[in-house]
Amino acid sequence: MENLNLVLPEIFISLAIMFLLILGVFKKDSSKLIHNFSLIILLITGGIIFNETLTIENTLLFNGSVVIDYLASFMKFITIIAALMALIVSSNYLKTFKILKIEYPILVICAVLGMMVMISSNDLIVFYIGLELQSLSLYVLSSFNRDEVKSSEAGLKYFVLSALSSGLLLYGCSLIYGFSGSTNFEIIANNLDSDQYVLTFGIVFILVGLAFKISAVPFHMWAPDVYEGSPTSVTLFFTIVPKIAALTLFIRFLYVPFINLIDQWQMILIFLSIASMVFGAVAAIGQKNIKRLIAYSSISHIGYALAGLTTGTNEGIQSSVIYITIYFVMNLGLFSCLLMLKRNDQYYETLDDLSGLSKNHPILSLSLLVILFSLAGIPPLAGFFAKFYVFMAVIEQSMYFLAIVGLLSTVIAAFYYLRIIKIIYFDQEKEKYDSDHSFWLKFSLTVSTILILIYFIFPSQIIDVVSRINII
Amino acid sequence: MNFPILSSLILLPTIGSLFLFFSKDKPNNNQTIKYVALFTSIVNFLISIYLWYQFDPTTSDFQFVEDRQWIKGFINYKVGIDGISILFIVLTTFITPLCILSVNNTVKNRLRDFLIAILIMESFMIGVFCALDLVIFYLFFEAGLIPMFLIIGIWGGPRRVYSAFKFFLYTLLGSVLMLVAIISIYWINGTTDVVKLYELGIDVKYQNLLWLAFFSSFAVKTPMWPVHTWLPDAHVEAPTAGSVLLAAILLKMAGYGFIRFSLGLFPEASETFTPLIYTLSIIAIIFTSLIALMQEDMKKLIAYSSVAHMGFVTLGIFTIQQQGIEGSIIQMISHGLVSAALFLCVGVVYDRMHSRLISTYGGIVTIVPKYAVLFMIFTLAALGLPGTSGFIGEFLILMGAFKDNFLVAVLASLGVILGAAYMLWLYKRVVFGKLINEELKKLTDLNKSEIVILISLAIPTLFFGFYPEPLMNTIEVSVKNLIDMYNLNIN
Repeated sequence: MENLNLVLPEIFISLAIMFLLILGVFKKDSSKLIHNFSLIILLITGGIIFNETLTIENTLLFNGSVVIDYLASFMKFITIIAALMALIVSSNYLKTFKILKIEYPILVICAVLGMMVMISSNDLIVFYIGLELQSLSLYVLSSFNRDEVKSSEAGLKYFVLSALSSGLLLYGCSLIYGFSGSTNFEIIANNLDSDQYVLTFGIVFILVGLAFKISAVPFHMWAPDVYEGSPTSVTLFFTIVPKIAALTLFIRFLYVPFINLIDQWQMILIFLSIASMVFGAVAAIGQKNIKRLIAYSSISHIGYALAGLTTGTNEGIQSSVIYITIYFVMNLGLFSCLLMLKRNDQYYETLDDLSGLSKNHPILSLSLLVILFSLAGIPPLAGFFAKFYVFMAVIEQSMYFLAIVGLLSTVIAAFYYLRIIKIIYFDQEKEKYDSDHSFWLKFSLTVSTILILIYFIFPSQIIDVVSRINII
Repeated sequence: MNFPILSSLILLPTIGSLFLFFSKDKPNNNQTIKYVALFTSIVNFLISIYLWYQFDPTTSDFQFVEDRQWIKGFINYKVGIDGISILFIVLTTFITPLCILSVNNTVKNRLRDFLIAILIMESFMIGVFCALDLVIFYLFFEAGLIPMFLIIGIWGGPRRVYSAFKFFLYTLLGSVLMLVAIISIYWINGTTDVVKLYELGIDVKYQNLLWLAFFSSFAVKTPMWPVHTWLPDAHVEAPTAGSVLLAAILLKMAGYGFIRFSLGLFPEASETFTPLIYTLSIIAIIFTSLIALMQEDMKKLIAYSSVAHMGFVTLGIFTIQQQGIEGSIIQMISHGLVSAALFLCVGVVYDRMHSRLISTYGGIVTIVPKYAVLFMIFTLAALGLPGTSGFIGEFLILMGAFKDNFLVAVLASLGVILGAAYMLWLYKRVVFGKLINEELKKLTDLNKSEIVILISLAIPTLFFGFYPEPLMNTIEVSVKNLIDMYNLNIN
């Protein structure tokens, strides 16, 4: 029974979801209350996990189907913080669009629960359950603004394509089960001796399914449409939170059962990584809508995160984890800016709307400048270090081709980030936007900008934290 | 631990810019803003002079070294200077206050932001010349792109957007390969500390590729033919202060990089690629001089002449002779002073007439005599007349070249003649001749701050032309050590 302590965060969050549902059904006009409650719940869960992180040891639970280790705790913690921040900064947006309903925060927390299960999974079935819980919540969230055609369309698109990918993923799982005789990662690893090549099919199908979920090229087609159609608050959630969990799943799936088959999957991952980096960078150039542009930029960022995973080393994993963490901070800042582009209760989201922003909103523009240069990976901003760590790991394995292609694609990507900066700083100004933003929106923008800006003074801190991740 | 004088030199401009950041950007506040920026940069200049005074030129060891853990287990924050770096640092701190002084007329809007960009730029540039770790060097080297992009893009001329993008993407493209090389060096040798790498040496079988990766970055930044095309664009569109920074200091980062890293870390590869550098330098000298002859825009002409001058610099560096390298360094310092002054001279008439076309001017010698005199000094310095610092540089470079390769030296000498041709012709068309345009009568002569700026540039130009000892003394031992190390590796 004492082991249940280790899944306390999951248990707590599940009970909380039920409590919130009941509260929402029985109490009228409780959307605001539930929103606040959900923030508190996420905060408490984060606290529990943080507390756990301090003393954690690798433990397997429930016949080895769930693993609690430092990687799991760290990623859960980041997921929860990301979800919390996503909820906090979007509250005003939700109110404006009148979609602050009781379901919204509850769905977010459900998705978070699904992600936590994914992150801790050590078994094909557990990981699939987590994945589906997350996906189902996200389908609904993306079409949450149901009166808007685009939003409904986004939800439908996401549902159809994601269901397809889930099908592929399940097929892969069944192949692996068939050939190894187990769904448990460790047992699969032990049974690998014979018939290795057949397992490759299973791995490929599962990788395809996972690549869909993190929108890696060539399985990215849904992302720009869904990102554009969903309400901005949901897009914010989409770009950050599910990626953290899906990346952890990549790590768990490839490194626990199949580390010895690295020759089989390494090329696939290298392909996914290079294709995402290059395609994401090139396709973003022509975009006019900021949310679409962010979709493409997130595709190329996922490419960099995957590059770290291709190495097959602990350093590679750590660099990917650092990448995704820094990416989360940068995107949080970017979306905070986007959520500030409001005039008379109308939000703006095309690049033209940023025109000449620097004249009327110098501080906001400065933050955007910092965030965009950081996304482009220009030193001394945090985004540079994210890339630096990844390429440190990649070059250690003498994968020069990957490193050079990756870095060249940053130059292409720099072009469209510069274009946004050009629009903000060099173009004619437009009418002023509202400046009465909520405290939390300003807070998240300030904090993320300052973190990005001064990260170079203490670059070791995050390495200290992440270097405890050790799963090989 | 001694007082971290280098770090404070790097940080001080940034601190000054923070003060500016929290001040109000209003027209009536402009004077105060300018004084704060000027004060910061002058203090920095005084510190750097003090540093030069304290500097011990009799040893080739790095001095004032600071070494702190930065990224745990990987990289240390290490800065320090030798005879070569100190000159560039003093050049940087000397040029910056003059840039700030010159903004009066050129920058009409958002003065505060402009000065913040200039000061932050200064921090990065000093950082480049102090860095004793490859990663730290890369960090400062690349970071400079951000303020420069903004300086060109926000305060530049009509085609500023195109130029700013071209500048940024060209340099970034050149540099990413250097980053790959730096990380590779870390994994090959286990460190990116330049001093340790000097001792360890880098395995010969990797050198050629690594050299090429560094070359790709420095060649763009220098800029060498044929990747020089961003420079004329950037120069023409940048505001005067931006052009000055670009010509006087930014281009020197690459020359400095060639000396410090290409020669120091990859001697065998440098030996292999010397013919490549010679060829490109000669093409740069002759070809861009010819292009300069045909220019109708004053700024473009000076920009092309910069490419030619930097051709001399790369040529001198790769002669691997004491004279050649010393000449290159002095040429860089001299070009820093002279090109800055020439851009300022163009800026002066541009502010009054709003035209940079040579054909607009002519016969202004009687209207603006002070201007004509100062402009002449710098014209003569640019063509390398004896008695100016330009002469010392070119003379030493050619001396080094003669020792190493006769043909190259002869071809390079052609560049001197062409240089004289385009500079004198420029001067003749602008200043002498008949007064072709009645409008020109309205020209006013230099005002006080312009005189201060140009005279403060003229003094060192002439002083070091007649008496280059202080410069030579400072760099001699460091250069000698570099060449000894190089020859040790080659043999």
